[in-house]
Amino acid sequence: MKEMINIALPKGRLGEKVYNIFESLGYGCPSIHENSRKLIFEDEKNLVRYFWVKPSDVAIYVEKGAADVGVVGKDILLEYEPDIYELLDLGIGKCRMCVAGEKGARRHEDRTIRVATKFPHIALSYYQSRGLDIEIIKLNGSIELAPLLRMSDVIVDIVETGTTLKENNLEVIDEIVNISARFISNKSSFKFKTAQINEMKNRLLGAV
Amino acid sequence: MNNEITYSQELLIPKLRSIYEQRGYKKYKMSKFEEYDLYLENKSFLKSENIITFNDLNGRLLALKPDVTLSIVKNSAATPQKVYYTENVYRVKSGQYKEIMQVGLEYIGKIDMYTLCEVISLAADSLSAVCENYILDISHMGFISGFLDELKLPASACDEMLELISRKDAHEIKGLCEKYGVDRELTEKTVSMATLYGSMDKMLPACEALSVNQKTKDAAAELRALYTALAAIGCEKNINLDFSITSDLSYYNGIIFQGFINGVSGSVLSGGRYGNLLSKMGKHTDAIGFAVYLDMLEYLESGDGDYDVDVMLLYGESSDTVALTKAVKMLNGNGNTVLASTEIPQRLRYKQLLQFNERGLEIIEGND
Repeated sequence: MKEMINIALPKGRLGEKVYNIFESLGYGCPSIHENSRKLIFEDEKNLVRYFWVKPSDVAIYVEKGAADVGVVGKDILLEYEPDIYELLDLGIGKCRMCVAGEKGARRHEDRTIRVATKFPHIALSYYQSRGLDIEIIKLNGSIELAPLLRMSDVIVDIVETGTTLKENNLEVIDEIVNISARFISNKSSFKFKTAQINEMKNRLLGAV
Repeated sequence: MNNEITYSQELLIPKLRSIYEQRGYKKYKMSKFEEYDLYLENKSFLKSENIITFNDLNGRLLALKPDVTLSIVKNSAATPQKVYYTENVYRVKSGQYKEIMQVGLEYIGKIDMYTLCEVISLAADSLSAVCENYILDISHMGFISGFLDELKLPASACDEMLELISRKDAHEIKGLCEKYGVDRELTEKTVSMATLYGSMDKMLPACEALSVNQKTKDAAAELRALYTALAAIGCEKNINLDFSITSDLSYYNGIIFQGFINGVSGSVLSGGRYGNLLSKMGKHTDAIGFAVYLDMLEYLESGDGDYDVDVMLLYGESSDTVALTKAVKMLNGNGNTVLASTEIPQRLRYKQLLQFNERGLEIIEGND
């Protein structure tokens, strides 16, 4: 028996791109194009139910089972380490997790490095693996500002094209890891809806 | 199919007890506290490192039990020993200390096919006591560690590989294999092993074909023998093969398994063969067991969850006590839960509102 598959997508450009891929693979849900304030979109025929959530919340919705599957950036998976299946690298939304600092500035490794970031867990494990002591300054946006105001020595953030860094006289010091969008599944859902989720994965595999 | 769901701990515990007692498992009762040293020595056996500790009257450092298995193993003297327990354990969950009711079963002693089969079928029975819509996933640490032997990864990368296998992360497994120069054939086999999923009868041939050395061959043979036995006793239903179920190799060495209930986001049952733990504790025997996490079942949807009570019965202060009691009992007799009071408690949700007066019972609201 086929059941409804709940899909959590990240709000924003990546999510829209992903939805278009899903639509082209036979998982369309026309009502999603209607300009409304609804949060949940359902298609009885294709047996899919979409909801848009904050990108960093996709992993939570999937881990808790509110969504059976979802699409989320690897950065979020590394930061929150949710207990989920990571079924596919979609190869879109590519960027890099980088350490960046002021252009040409001296690298202070003789004292505790102050690191401004939205990703404290990633930053901490990166510096710990190198045996360096850091102080994390957790910010929620405009990370680039921190080194300019001398609040931090460096930042750990996502770099897509590098334009924002350049415009603020910052440069990439180190690349931590490559990031791309992943197709993930709740562990329990995967077991009870195996055939449907595998089918979705295989269709996606053909598309990316 | 019986779709009834037993979600309440009060109802489930007696059901589980009788399942275990029928097979001769004895109840094991223990103290709430344990010496902290026990957990310090076996830190990685526990899922969380946070333990509530305190000093007892002599200044010894004690801990509120985060786990029951370690205490049972420590205190086990004569083997074979078949025990079960219903105990509260104290663990960190979602960033807070929680008291979690755990029911579990342990067998300590030499393990033969009968024992394996008995423990797995008791695990399946425990799940079906909750709900018929369950899945029991079986994995084998011998099979996985056979692969790790062949991959020849440095120790630090072994843990990473186990983590990737548990996420069925084909992409990153390939990446890690490439990083350490693993040849393509073995890489593909590792990916197939991690992503393999399905009923045992369908997946066992694939599993046997994936075998890479004597260790994996032995493990596959054990899985095959177990499946044959389970099928012969009619217990193979809902049992799947899944190597993404992994555990710490320094404690677990054979069959491991996890149970899932449709509608619950995580596993509700987890267990395995942990002979390595016993060797570590200097005991020359083997052991297998599992625990059921009753706290996971709390949020299962129940049919009668929409109402606090079936009947709200209002009565006047001068009502006749005997006649009122008779009326309540009559309603109970019809299978209703009844809350009798002179006023309606705030926010109470009831199916039916009745009034008791000198004429008897009158329906005020709801008459389905």
